[in-house]
Amino acid sequence: MHTPWQAATALKSDAKELRPLTGNEAIARAAWEAGVRVAAAYPGTPSTEILENLGTYPAEDLHAQWSTNEKVALDVAIGASFAGSRALCAMKHVGLNVAADALMSFAYIGVNGGLVLIVCDDPGIHSSQNEQDSRIYAQLATLPVLEPSDAQEAYEFTKLAFDISEEFDTPVIVRSTTRLSHTRSTVSVGLRCEVPPRVFLEKPSKNVMIPAHARARHLVVLEREAKLKEYFAASAISQWEAGDKSFGIVTAGTCYPYVREVLPNATVLKLGASWPLPEQLLRDFCASVERVFVVEELEPIIEKEIASLGIKVEGKRFFPRAGEFSPEVVRGGLVQAGILPAPPSLNAWVPEPVVRPPVLCAGCPHTSSFMAVRASGARVAGDIGCYTLAVLDPLRGIDTCVSMGSSIGNAVGMAKAGEPKPIVATIGDSTFLHAGIPALIDAVYNQADIAVMLLDNHITAMTGGQEHPGTGKTLRGDPAPQINYEALIRACGVQWVKTVDSYDLAATHQALREAIAYRGVAVLISNRPCVLDPIKIKGPPLEINASECTACQSCMNLGCPALTWSDEWFEGRHRIKIDPALCIGCTLCAQVCTIDCIKIASSPVTP
Amino acid sequence: MNEQSKIAALNADSEPVAFNAALAEPFNVLIVGVGGQGVIMVSKVLAALAQAHGFEVKQSEVHGMAKRGGAVFSHVRFGQRVWSPTIAKGEADVLIALEWAEGLRWLPHLKRDTGVFICDTKRIVPPFACLNRKLGAKMRYSTETAEQVSAYVSEAYAIDATRMAEELGNDRAANVVLLGALSTVLEFSLPEWEKTVTSFVPKKTIAVNTAAFELGRNWIVEAKTATPADDAAAKAAPVHAHYSARLEITDAWCKSCEICVKLCPERCLTLNADRIATMTAPEKCTGCRLCEWLCPDFAIRVHLDTEAAVMEAAR
Ligand SMILES: Cc1ncc(C[n+]2csc(CCOP(=O)(O)OP(=O)(O)O)c2C)c(N)n1
Ligand code: SF4
Ligand code: SF4
Ligand code: SF4
Ligand code: SF4
Repeated sequence: MHTPWQAATALKSDAKELRPLTGNEAIARAAWEAGVRVAAAYPGTPSTEILENLGTYPAEDLHAQWSTNEKVALDVAIGASFAGSRALCAMKHVGLNVAADALMSFAYIGVNGGLVLIVCDDPGIHSSQNEQDSRIYAQLATLPVLEPSDAQEAYEFTKLAFDISEEFDTPVIVRSTTRLSHTRSTVSVGLRCEVPPRVFLEKPSKNVMIPAHARARHLVVLEREAKLKEYFAASAISQWEAGDKSFGIVTAGTCYPYVREVLPNATVLKLGASWPLPEQLLRDFCASVERVFVVEELEPIIEKEIASLGIKVEGKRFFPRAGEFSPEVVRGGLVQAGILPAPPSLNAWVPEPVVRPPVLCAGCPHTSSFMAVRASGARVAGDIGCYTLAVLDPLRGIDTCVSMGSSIGNAVGMAKAGEPKPIVATIGDSTFLHAGIPALIDAVYNQADIAVMLLDNHITAMTGGQEHPGTGKTLRGDPAPQINYEALIRACGVQWVKTVDSYDLAATHQALREAIAYRGVAVLISNRPCVLDPIKIKGPPLEINASECTACQSCMNLGCPALTWSDEWFEGRHRIKIDPALCIGCTLCAQVCTIDCIKIASSPVTP
Repeated sequence: MNEQSKIAALNADSEPVAFNAALAEPFNVLIVGVGGQGVIMVSKVLAALAQAHGFEVKQSEVHGMAKRGGAVFSHVRFGQRVWSPTIAKGEADVLIALEWAEGLRWLPHLKRDTGVFICDTKRIVPPFACLNRKLGAKMRYSTETAEQVSAYVSEAYAIDATRMAEELGNDRAANVVLLGALSTVLEFSLPEWEKTVTSFVPKKTIAVNTAAFELGRNWIVEAKTATPADDAAAKAAPVHAHYSARLEITDAWCKSCEICVKLCPERCLTLNADRIATMTAPEKCTGCRLCEWLCPDFAIRVHLDTEAAVMEAAR
């Protein structure tokens, strides 16, 4: 709440109310207030809550949807913009790789209704497969990217982005990060202003990207970039905060509060937009101080741009190019640069840390799938979802994991390269719909000898339980047509398709053996709902008869968090106990126990 | 008082933090635990209270993987002006832990001279702690003692919050027991606390949560006046005769059925080129005897030799 600045749209709504909002909630609120009519996304941490939140605003105001993947989501938003409505699309950083094709061309086309693309980066890789810097996409596509530094700015910049989008005829990217998206702070919010939809603009030279049109549009895009540079130089979102003249800091987005925390009185140029950069402003600022530092997370985008102006600038020499920043990281860099004295060493006691990675839930249906996969001795091309956690001990069921939908294509490649082991691709239901179908068709077309295990847990679990076309419900929870996987897979040309109950371990083992034995593409659907979402499943817990347990550790190979070592020993091995609060009664441990000493806890007497 | 509660009595004397000095420097509370324990609820309550008090508040957590039993942490900072959403190492005024090992993990974040540590003694042992199958192997879980903790921090409370909540009939209220404990450390008024807590719990559970809050609050008040309990000598860990496992396979009797290979929990058997069961990873064998029991042809015998026996044989 320190921004001495207001988005133009904000003027239209003056009723102000203070609310504690996360960055994502603030973005959703801003989009609603800015009159968004259509919003689409595919879930992805840390961006997921933006659409979940938009789904809580009245359906009369806006249509909010989960799309099958990020490219589709962006195309939906682009369609809405074509049709003259304000549209929003949200995704995590890697989602932009999927949507990039559409984005690059749409950058040439520009907007009819304003279009804002929210991209949430994940510096520090809290929950992703990499930590790419999305600002490079803005550069590549010649698009403006705004970088809010807190929830209030996330709200204001999102609103402003719609104005910029329409004024400059450009899609606008608003870049968040995990820290911003998931930090709650007070936001002063307003009311929705209805933006009257425009009519469809019938202008093929702008809307249809054939070479002749695209060549002309590219020049328009370059002109637009020059205008945006001037705009950002004059805009109040570029904040020059005067202080000590011996050095100055250029920063943007979530790095700004860290800089302020560490250097309350420094001279700071806080850029509201990190692309395109306001040249003259940068020159003036750098000339006003003796040394210039750029503090930016991940890639040296601002630093390189300043250096390219022939200005001496320091940055990545002191501030790392990998990982998330924090006050400690910023302080560390400034100490190294000789700006701050070294802090006294804390000499902190470091207790031996307990290794506690996320694990599959107690009773997770993926558990048995990976017991079978591991036993099959196959080479396993994994994919992205909760089931990626099966890479860890004790399941250790995955050999590779690249990106959403990669498993099947990777498996085809392994098969064609002559990998001697049988090859299994494991892929979740949401991931299959996202990018697995074209790969499956590829496998059939190229007659690869692979088995695909479709892990159908009826939800997009990893990201917190979002609906998808296989669940029969929309984002708002309304009924929707439901995908029939067997029919879909057969229609792709697969001859061997079978569904098993994930909780039937023997059947799963048996079916996977058959699928592997089949020459050609075989698809085994392992079917059981996730026990966490959309409803928490809890059956009667099981119990181990301690005096019978021979501590063989067979059950411990499931990695179920409800199973743990008790204080009792048997021949030098730990006996096992079940935590009744965690056990959901899936019976998998009872199925693997060779001694048969696991039973339903103090079961009521049955007639 | 249980063993760990002693820390409370060892060093608990300070007064609630007075906010009237208007908090020129932000006040930093770190809330940690394991996915599913209700860490975020605690931080939301605290953030709401501080905001109602007119402070600027930042509440930051990284979720996503957290639900699935991973470590969860939430930073809450409030004051006149708060910049960074995260708390630097050695800067937390209060550390609230919903789980013992998680509390220990974050201890270095606490201010050494003035920091207050409030920790549930609840132990959630992750599957990772039970991976070492070597005969006699110990669980990989925190072994730090209460004394080490109390030597490190200025004010520490180890409270059986989960057990207290269970006794109230709802183990999910453990986080509210801890909020009750926290309420004695921070200078918000009792009605403010109660109003905020009740607004964050499901309607049906207001009664049990109010009771949980009271319990936690009173527990700290009592702990502050209690005298330290005597140091009972730490329970000596049971000593386990050291075994080594040895397999005796009668090749002539093995009919290549592969039962032992498939069912060995340690996956240390394979069929060799002649399709006879062979031990390929002897270092992994735990001597569980499953192969011996399951082999239909009695081709495998498992010998568990104690160290003494091994020495004897060598003599
Ligand atoms: C391109 C891309 N978009 C989104 C994500 C975020 N993400 C990771 S896993 C996942 C969903 C996986 O769902 P599913 O395949 O059904 O497996 P489950 O988690 O349910 O087991 C998503 C959306 C990502 N990693 N990459
Ligand atoms: S959330 Fe669902 S799919 Fe994910 S680990 Fe838990 S049970 Fe399995
Ligand atoms: S039945 Fe066994 S495997 Fe399933 S949740 Fe309970 S303890 Fe875990
Ligand atoms: S599988 Fe059965 S006998 Fe073996 S350790 Fe588990 S409970 Fe005990
Ligand atoms: S005794 Fe047999 S089944 Fe058990 S770990 Fe050793 S080889 Fe495997």
